[in-house]
Amino acid sequence: MNVIESAGLGKRYHSTWALRECSVAIPAGHVAALVGPNGAGKTTLLNLAAGLTAPSAGGVTVLGGRPAGSPAALDGIAFVAQDMPMYKNLSARDMLHLTRNLNRRFDQRYAETRLGELGIPLKRKAGKLSGGQQAQLALTLALARRPRLLVLDEPMAMLDPIARHDFMASVMTAMVADGVSVVLSSHVLAELERVADYLILMSRGRVQLAGDVDDLLASHRMLTGPAAEADRYAQRLSVVHARGGETQAHLLVRTTTADGTVAPGWEAHPVGLEELALAYLREPAAAALPGPERRRNTSRTEVSR
Amino acid sequence: MTALSVPARPEDTSLRPVPWRRMGWVTWRQHRSTLAWVVVFLGALAVGLLLTGHQLHQAYVTAVAACRPPANSVTCPNATIAFDGTNGFLANGGILQATPAAIGAFAGAPLLARELETGTFRYAWTQGFGPWRWALAKLVPLAVLLATAAGVFSLVLNWYYQPYFVAANQNLGLEELTPFYPALFGLRGIGFAAWTLVAFAIGALAGMLIRRVVPAIAATIFAYAALAFAAGGWLRPHYLSPAVTTSLNIPGSAWVQSQWWTKNGTFAFSGWPPESLFAQYCPKGPPGPAGPNGKPKAVSLAECLTPHGYTQWTSYQPASRFWPFQWIEGGWLLVLSALLIAVTVWLVRRRAT
Repeated sequence: MNVIESAGLGKRYHSTWALRECSVAIPAGHVAALVGPNGAGKTTLLNLAAGLTAPSAGGVTVLGGRPAGSPAALDGIAFVAQDMPMYKNLSARDMLHLTRNLNRRFDQRYAETRLGELGIPLKRKAGKLSGGQQAQLALTLALARRPRLLVLDEPMAMLDPIARHDFMASVMTAMVADGVSVVLSSHVLAELERVADYLILMSRGRVQLAGDVDDLLASHRMLTGPAAEADRYAQRLSVVHARGGETQAHLLVRTTTADGTVAPGWEAHPVGLEELALAYLREPAAAALPGPERRRNTSRTEVSR
Repeated sequence: MTALSVPARPEDTSLRPVPWRRMGWVTWRQHRSTLAWVVVFLGALAVGLLLTGHQLHQAYVTAVAACRPPANSVTCPNATIAFDGTNGFLANGGILQATPAAIGAFAGAPLLARELETGTFRYAWTQGFGPWRWALAKLVPLAVLLATAAGVFSLVLNWYYQPYFVAANQNLGLEELTPFYPALFGLRGIGFAAWTLVAFAIGALAGMLIRRVVPAIAATIFAYAALAFAAGGWLRPHYLSPAVTTSLNIPGSAWVQSQWWTKNGTFAFSGWPPESLFAQYCPKGPPGPAGPNGKPKAVSLAECLTPHGYTQWTSYQPASRFWPFQWIEGGWLLVLSALLIAVTVWLVRRRAT
């Protein structure tokens, strides 16, 4: 099952496309990270999936074919928007009660216990809570709905490092304990390396790279060798990003073979997630999208669950 | 970190929507302070009206007693002035005219504009209840409650203005208004509730379209004023085709819409007679005293002109049509309000899904 699936999805605001020709399939059972610079279209994609805006082109479904924004989709997705919007004048208890009344399912006991463990007073107004507490309250409200998919838009933007760590730990706990699929967006790459196992890289309103993090890392290498040979050598490879000094060149390449053999005088190193993402973000023209491989990834994921 | 796990999720066997009644608490919790403010505001106005209205009614009783024939010519003029001058600023209805607009602007406009401005719509519209049902479940009960509060308040208004609409006033030399008097028509009968309702609906739609609280409030007041002036100036005279009479005794309670003259069956002129005609047939000036505006009274003019083949025609709305007019205006305002709320809900729905 794909938790978010889109085909030819586009969103235009007046004359500019915030998102165009976006075809993604995010399989269930992952913490999928939507990464890209500001204005890449991350929030637009998440808003479309949450049913907050209607697409200008194409379509998007969630949780295995439910149209975004439909009652069935809203029932299964918990969306925590950027900056954790909440009614600032309502107490935490009122926010629980509000969310309980607005949903078919709401686990009041879970929510109260969780807020108790976090030391968030139920009587305090949401607007008087610290940034980290507001984020945790928003997450609690979302999780108490027992969603199948948790969508978090820039959840860490407002948080200090400790709050970020606690927040992501809570997300991971829910993910592990309940099998909630998670899709989160961020422009802070370093934060995601520990948690994300599926990556969607976006820039300028398009999806540039998408896939299982392990697969992506396995299919990319950093080649280091003499700068003089770099241009000639690069023509034989699919180079994502090249950088070099006077003597040494570094080529981040996509390999199809796993043996890792390279030309004499060159060395191959595995790449990290941040290195990989940065290489693609520096080369907006480069793209690596799972084509026919997607099916295989999906089925493998299903089996591994 | 917490190791509390989420309990197992029951299967989605039947996906029935969240019941409507659950929005009752949500709407009440989020808008009870607005409702309280409206009640306090209308309550304070009502107390003010009851106190000053008491004086007005007293002055009226005194004036009627003083001027009833055989009139005590000494006390009657003073009593008349006392009645006509009591609470003049309230009597013209100006401040009360703005009340429905104020309720609409401050209760209706922020309803969606605040959600859109602060971003909380991204919370509210992604809950299982669904955005358009959420909007409908807020707008309709609030509209009903506000219209009801306005309706109860307008009972005080009806009582307050009663002395101005007594049919005998004219004969006593007291101020008598036509029940169609523009500044008061919308405050009496069902008018006040209907105008409050439409102001709220305008506010809700303006909030959805403009998405920011303060501009939405301004737009609501502007749109409401435009609608109120358009209704009073262009629509209301045409609710029913006017009665036409050649009688010279038009009661003070009638709403005169136009007057014209014919001579021997053909149209002569409309409105007041031209100066030339006046000079020709009334060389010594019209018989009888001049009217309050310095011009000769219509009756006196007619006395000059009718012997020469002129007939005065008057089209007017008789006072007995007050309630039909109220129902017509209330009816179309109700339909318009329903339409505006429907458009607002449709916009919420179109934005999502």
